Amino acid sequence: MKRTMIPLGPYHPLLEEAEFFQLYVEGETVVDMDLRIGYQHRAIEKLSENLHFDQVTFLVERICGICSTSHPIAYVQALEDIAGVEPPERAKYIRSIVGELERIHSHLLWFGLAGHFIGYNTVFMWAWKYREPVLDIFERITGNRNHYAVMKPGGVRRDIHPDDVPELLRMLDELEPKVKMFVDVALDDPVLHARLKGVGVLTREDAIRYCALGPTARPSGVAIDVRKDHPYAAYDKVDWDIVVMEEGDVFAKAAVRLLEILESIKIVRGCLEKMPEGPIDAGLEEVPPGEGIGHHEAPRGEVFHYVRSDGGNSPVRHKVRAPSYMNIPTFKATCIGQSVADVALITASVDPCYCCTERMMVVRDGKGRTMGWNELVRLSKEKTERIKRELGMEEPNWDLPEVSFRRGER
Amino acid sequence: MSIFTKALKRSIWVYHVAASPCNNCDIEILDLLTPRFDVERFGILLVGSPRHADALLVTGYINRHVAPRVVEVYRQTPKPCVVFAVGTCACSMGIFAKSYNAAGPLDELIRSVDPEALIVYVPGCPPKPEAIISAVVKAISAL
Amino acid sequence: MTREELLGKVKAQLKEKILNFYERSPRRVYITVAPEDAFQACRFLFEECGGRLATASGVDTPDGIEILYHFVMDGQGMVLTVKTKIPTREDPRIRSIATFLPGALWIEREVHEMLGVEFEGHPDMRRLLLPDDWPEGKYPLRRDFKGVEG
Repeated sequence: MKRTMIPLGPYHPLLEEAEFFQLYVEGETVVDMDLRIGYQHRAIEKLSENLHFDQVTFLVERICGICSTSHPIAYVQALEDIAGVEPPERAKYIRSIVGELERIHSHLLWFGLAGHFIGYNTVFMWAWKYREPVLDIFERITGNRNHYAVMKPGGVRRDIHPDDVPELLRMLDELEPKVKMFVDVALDDPVLHARLKGVGVLTREDAIRYCALGPTARPSGVAIDVRKDHPYAAYDKVDWDIVVMEEGDVFAKAAVRLLEILESIKIVRGCLEKMPEGPIDAGLEEVPPGEGIGHHEAPRGEVFHYVRSDGGNSPVRHKVRAPSYMNIPTFKATCIGQSVADVALITASVDPCYCCTERMMVVRDGKGRTMGWNELVRLSKEKTERIKRELGMEEPNWDLPEVSFRRGER
Repeated sequence: MSIFTKALKRSIWVYHVAASPCNNCDIEILDLLTPRFDVERFGILLVGSPRHADALLVTGYINRHVAPRVVEVYRQTPKPCVVFAVGTCACSMGIFAKSYNAAGPLDELIRSVDPEALIVYVPGCPPKPEAIISAVVKAISAL
Repeated sequence: MTREELLGKVKAQLKEKILNFYERSPRRVYITVAPEDAFQACRFLFEECGGRLATASGVDTPDGIEILYHFVMDGQGMVLTVKTKIPTREDPRIRSIATFLPGALWIEREVHEMLGVEFEGHPDMRRLLLPDDWPEGKYPLRRDFKGVEG
C-alpha cells in the first residue's frame, strides 16, 4: 500500500512545548510518526541563571499557564532542599490547597476539550462553565485567575483568609455533584465506550520504558504519584487515594482524570479541616552553595526541578522538566497501528490541549491539499456519528443544538 | 469611512496566533467562547484561517522559530485588519525580553512589513477576559 | 525493597566504580561514577532497581561537562542521582543510555543541542528545541555563550 506522509502542525499553541507531527499513513492506518518541538522554546533555563532566586519563582510560574503553580512548588522545594529549610505547617497546607484547586481546573479544562474533539460540544461548554467558579475562588484567595504567585522559598506569600474558607467550601459542594454527573455520563455512555475503549492503548511496559508520568501512566497500571511516593506539603496528612486503571486506553485516561477531580476535592476539604493556625513563611533569606531537587505532581504528571547554587544570588544551573516532555514521546507507542481519525483523540488523551487551529498538508502524488486541525476533528466527529448510528442512536434527542466553537467551519 | 472599515466594524472574526506563549492568554481567549463570557453574542467568532479574519489575537513573546510564521499570517489576513497584542509578553516581551531565542517585540515585527498596521495592546499577565472584550470594543470604536 | 536494601544492592553491584557516595538527606542520594561507567550504572538502576529516569541535567563547569541522571525511586521515596563528569569541554562524548531506555531519547537530544555533548549510539541526534537556522557550534547553556550573534 502506498505510504503517505501527513505533516500536522507546527504549533499546538496551548501546550508549553508545541510540536510538529509527521504522520506516515498507509490508507487509514498510521504506520510511523515523527515529532519536532521547539516552537515555544523560551530559554527559561538560561534566563533563570540571570535572575535572583526570588525572581525565578515568578519566571517558572510562566512556564505554563495551566499548571502555573506546579513549577513554583517544585522550584521552591528544590531551594528548600539546598538550604535544609522546612516550610511552616500552615504554608504546607496552603500549598496543597492551591495545587489541588489547580488540578481541578486543569482536568475540567481537559475534559471539555476532549469532549470537543469527539464531537460533544455540549461537554466542552459545560466543563468550562463549571471551571469558572474554581477560577473565581482563585481570584478570591490569591488575587489572580491564573498565575497565582502564592509560592515563595520557605513558605507561601499569601495566607488564606478565614472569610474565604466558607466560599471555598461552598464552591466545592456545588462542584462535586457536577463532576459526579460527568463521571456517570462519561462512564456509562455507550457511544463513549464504543469510541474510546481499546483506542490508543499504552501498555504498562511502554509506560515504564518511556518513563510516562501522571495521568498518562496511571491508566496503564503504573501506580506512581509523587504526592504519595515522596510525601511533601500536606499530602501525607489528609486521606485520599491514587486512581489507577489497567487498560491504558483513552477511556481509562479520561476516567482517571475525572476520578482524580473527586480525589482533589477530598484533599482540599481535608486540608481546610486540618489546617493549623501559625506563620506561613520560614524566612529563607540566603541560599547556601549546593544542589537541590524538587518535584511535584502537576495535573499532567511529575514536574522536576534541579537547582545548583554557588552561594550567590542566582542559580548556577536550573534544570526544568515538565511532565509533557516525558508523556509526548509515548505517542510513538500509542498512535502506531491506529486510524487517522483516532490520532486527534489519542494525542489529546495525554492532555497537550490542542485547541487552536493547525494546518496540515496531505501530500498525494506530489499534489498538496491543505487540511486544518478542524479536518482531523471532523474526521473524529464523523467516526463518533458513525458509531452512534451503528448503536441505533440515529438522532439522539438529548443532544442540545451545537452551541459554539465552530471556528470557520461554516 | 471607507466601505472596508465599515464592514470591519460589524461582526469581528478573530484568528488566534499563538507565538510562544505560556498558554495562559490562550486559555483566557478560549474562555471567552464559553458560557460565562460567550462573545459570540456580539458576533465575535474565532475562525480557523487568517484569510477569514478581521483581527489577529497574538499571544506570547515572539521567538525566532515563530517570527516568520507570524509575519506570514499577518500577510495573509485581508486588510484592513486589527492586531491585538494580548498579554504582557506580546505587548513588551515581559519577563522574556532577554531570552536568546527572542526575535523582537510584536509591534516592531508587524510594522516592519506594514508601517500602517493598527495594533491594540492588551496588557496583563494574563489579561482578564473582560479586559480582552473591552479592548475589542475600544478598537471598534476607535476605527 | 526498603531504602537501605536498595542502597546496599547498588553499592554491592557497582563496588569500586562508585567514586563518591553522598547521602544529602534520606530522600536525596548522589553517586559519582566515571563517564565510562555511567551507562552500566544507569542500566542497573533502571532494569534491576525499578528506577524511573526523571531527567538528565547537563552542567557546564570549568573543567568539563557534568551530566546528572536523576533516577526517581518511587518505591523508596528517594531520588538517586548518578553524577558523571566528562573531563573535556572540546567535543565531549558519552555512551547513550537511550539504547535501552526510550524515555531518554529526547533528554539526550536536548543535552546535545544545549551543551554540545555527543551521545554515542543515540539513534537520532537531530535538533529538538532550537530553531532550524540556529548556527552550528553555539550551545546556549555553555558559560561562554554570549548570544546568537556574539
